[in-house]
Amino acid sequence: MSKIACQCKGERRLSLPSKDMMAAIAVTRFGLGARPGEIDAAGADPRGFLIAQIRREGADIPQDGGESAAQRFEQMRDYQRQQKAARQKKDGETPDDAALQAAKAAQIALRDKVNADFLARARLATNTPAGFRERWALFWANHFTVSATKQITSVLIGPFEREAIRPHVFDSFEDLLVASSTHPAMLTYLDQAQSIGPNSQVGVRRRGARAGLNENLAREIMELHTVGVDAGYTQGDVTEFARALTGFSVGRDNEDRQGQFVFRDAAHEPGARTIMGRRYAQADIQQGMAVLKTLAADKRTARHVCGKIARHFVSDTPPPALTARLEKRWMDTGGDLAQVAKALVESPEAWNPTPAKFKTPYEYTLSTWRLIGAEPSAIERLAPILTGLGQKPFSAPSPKGWAEDAQTWASPDGLVKRMQWAQGFAAAVADRTDPNALAVSALGARLTPPVAKAVSRAETRKEAFALLVMSPEFQRR
Amino acid sequence: MTAQINRRSLLGLGASLGITVNFLGSQAFAATEGDLARKKLVVVICRGGMDGLSVSPPVGDANYANLRGSIALKPDQVLKLDDTFGLHPELKTVHALALKGEARIAPAIASPDRARSHFEAQDVLETGAAHVYGTETGWLNRTLEALAPARKVEGLSVGTTAPLILRGKVQAASWSPGKGVDETARLPTLLQDLYKNDPMLGPAFARGLETETMAQTAMTALSATPAMNIAAASTPAKPGAAPMSPTMANDRQNRAGGEAARKLGSTLGGFMIQAGGPQIAAISLDGFDTHAGQPGQIATRLSYMDAVLGGLHDGLGAEWKNTVVIAVTEFGRTARVNGTGGTDHGTASTGLILGGALKKGGIVGDWPGLSQTALFENRDTAPTLDMRGLFKGVLADHIGVDRAILERKVFPDSAAAKPVTGLV
Repeated sequence: MSKIACQCKGERRLSLPSKDMMAAIAVTRFGLGARPGEIDAAGADPRGFLIAQIRREGADIPQDGGESAAQRFEQMRDYQRQQKAARQKKDGETPDDAALQAAKAAQIALRDKVNADFLARARLATNTPAGFRERWALFWANHFTVSATKQITSVLIGPFEREAIRPHVFDSFEDLLVASSTHPAMLTYLDQAQSIGPNSQVGVRRRGARAGLNENLAREIMELHTVGVDAGYTQGDVTEFARALTGFSVGRDNEDRQGQFVFRDAAHEPGARTIMGRRYAQADIQQGMAVLKTLAADKRTARHVCGKIARHFVSDTPPPALTARLEKRWMDTGGDLAQVAKALVESPEAWNPTPAKFKTPYEYTLSTWRLIGAEPSAIERLAPILTGLGQKPFSAPSPKGWAEDAQTWASPDGLVKRMQWAQGFAAAVADRTDPNALAVSALGARLTPPVAKAVSRAETRKEAFALLVMSPEFQRR
Repeated sequence: MTAQINRRSLLGLGASLGITVNFLGSQAFAATEGDLARKKLVVVICRGGMDGLSVSPPVGDANYANLRGSIALKPDQVLKLDDTFGLHPELKTVHALALKGEARIAPAIASPDRARSHFEAQDVLETGAAHVYGTETGWLNRTLEALAPARKVEGLSVGTTAPLILRGKVQAASWSPGKGVDETARLPTLLQDLYKNDPMLGPAFARGLETETMAQTAMTALSATPAMNIAAASTPAKPGAAPMSPTMANDRQNRAGGEAARKLGSTLGGFMIQAGGPQIAAISLDGFDTHAGQPGQIATRLSYMDAVLGGLHDGLGAEWKNTVVIAVTEFGRTARVNGTGGTDHGTASTGLILGGALKKGGIVGDWPGLSQTALFENRDTAPTLDMRGLFKGVLADHIGVDRAILERKVFPDSAAAKPVTGLV
């Protein structure tokens, strides 16, 4: 196998694998798995193939009807009002069946929209020729997790990704952080919208009665989104940050900006704050924004997030040299995420021919659709598969998001569930395929002789297909 | 049932002779290999920071109502345990067991690390380390490792993903409900061959197939055995106890969730009673992070936990008498209600200890009270019991893990956490 030396100036020469191998890695590791012919398309210039997918205007937007968070918020409030009215009547003497039916219909309509959001996102991932760009967006959506744990957040996740995440994934990290931290989805998911400064006007007026700080968002911004849990901050820092963030909220029914970000001066805790040794004397919204800006620029944020990028793309235990390269580019460019993405592609450590990442259920199932050049046809098919494999749509188990390591997903039960899914999928699609050609198209130079042999010796097309998608090579990237 | 009476009378005999049960349960009892091979331990991990003051509301504590304000439960709303504590109204099965002496609370238990991050605190709970990032393997896995030279003990986690508590050198099984494996297909065998040189996929897949076969047997056996369902036999269900869940789930879906939880528990129990089945199991329950609108959320979550425990009790059948179940969380929540009808990350919480193997008794560990001076950092229930002490006590006295190995291998750096004795 011919090796091409790394051209990086002034750095230790690390050899890169052959161009064929790099094409396979570009499509399967950096991207979302090969669509028919995709590895060939990347073959001429594998790195260029990836770098061309980085663009300032951000990631692609799923085609899901495009309703805004504000529209969804209003629809949810309408549904809640209908439901309340119907229930009140139900307790009275004349139960209003029509009102109950209408409320039920409104609830179903909302649920269908959430399902449509998820399906549109899955279809984008199976169809896009820019798999690296989509993986990059999915990484950030998981970094800034909003999960469907509350009725209101479930309908806002689609808009959140469209409005706060996707446009900013190749912007500065600060822009992305601010967009996420001021989006109604995040503000409701982490309970910020109701947080009230105890000494603010509202706090003083309502003293004691359901008015006070909620530190959930402040803590998770520090711990998960920026500097990381080992940054050395204290409970006092979290509380101070929560005070600085009071006033960050979502417009209510009777307000102009219903369902949109609002800053409520009357709920903002007055006074200067000290967070991680730094004093913030700004007034109103400027205070919270200044903290976000400081956190975004902190080198501990660069370390924390670059480590996570390296773990997502390359290995659960990435080479320190890789993380160092990403961190350096981050700090040199003020957290320019387009530059960080480019640094990732340019890092020779990211091209180790041994695949170290085990696909998550979402990555795994969508790569299977990509393999045959198809897309999931209905949420009723897609959702049960992902739920069964442990990754229920839009339902990450916590604000930390989905785990991305092999220890989590390569579990005994996880593998058996994958096999069951592979058997069913194979039965549905295998008759239309040539398994041997498919193996080459799926893995390119990554196809190993044992897998090629197993596929070619299978008794039926169905069996061959299931063996291919259950092979160690296909399940890894 | 006969076996259970024997066990109980034996314990009664021990008590009447003035022999401490610690003595009975440990080596002096000369437990044979056969006895130990029947002993079962289930660890329930309640993720998200379960609010201990909701699990076992100390309605008799002078400061409770004031601290909790709008979310305080009234003395007549809780299921009474003693003059201080009740149980949450949704914990009907647990209460019925408690009345029989088969469930106890540890009302101020905590891990040794004071982290208020969910993820760090869960790591500490599951690794059993003295502090976060102390080790990368789970203490249940190290237990299996410690037992391995003497006897092979199987470990199982419920769920598609493997929890940290069972990760480590020994390949533990994992299982979640699914549609089963087609016995006639060649694929499992072909895949085992394809994975034979893969150190990760090979052992995991083999274990998954074994477990799936066992699950089919367990479920077949269960459908043939009528459940005892002790909850129904004791306290009548109070309708409307659970407020509307703030998620999309409606009451009907909550009921469906409860049924699924019960089924999960009973299937796990069915697993554990099979020959060669797991003696040690871990199961996770999510959704305890109740920062806002806590009463409805926690009622739903606790009703699920109660259903899992009830199902487990039923599924284990006569083997319940050989079982200890421990339910713990990574940390408790603030003693005071916050501004949004919820509570924030705190310190000590309530642990539940259940099982037919349990000795009757009051609360486990001390109750520090909720006076301002008693609160940890003037904020949280103060910890009086290191959860490693509880784990060590149960592993030594119930599972028969050698005490020296326990201190050295399973819970290193835990000398300060004295094993809780006298539980079984």
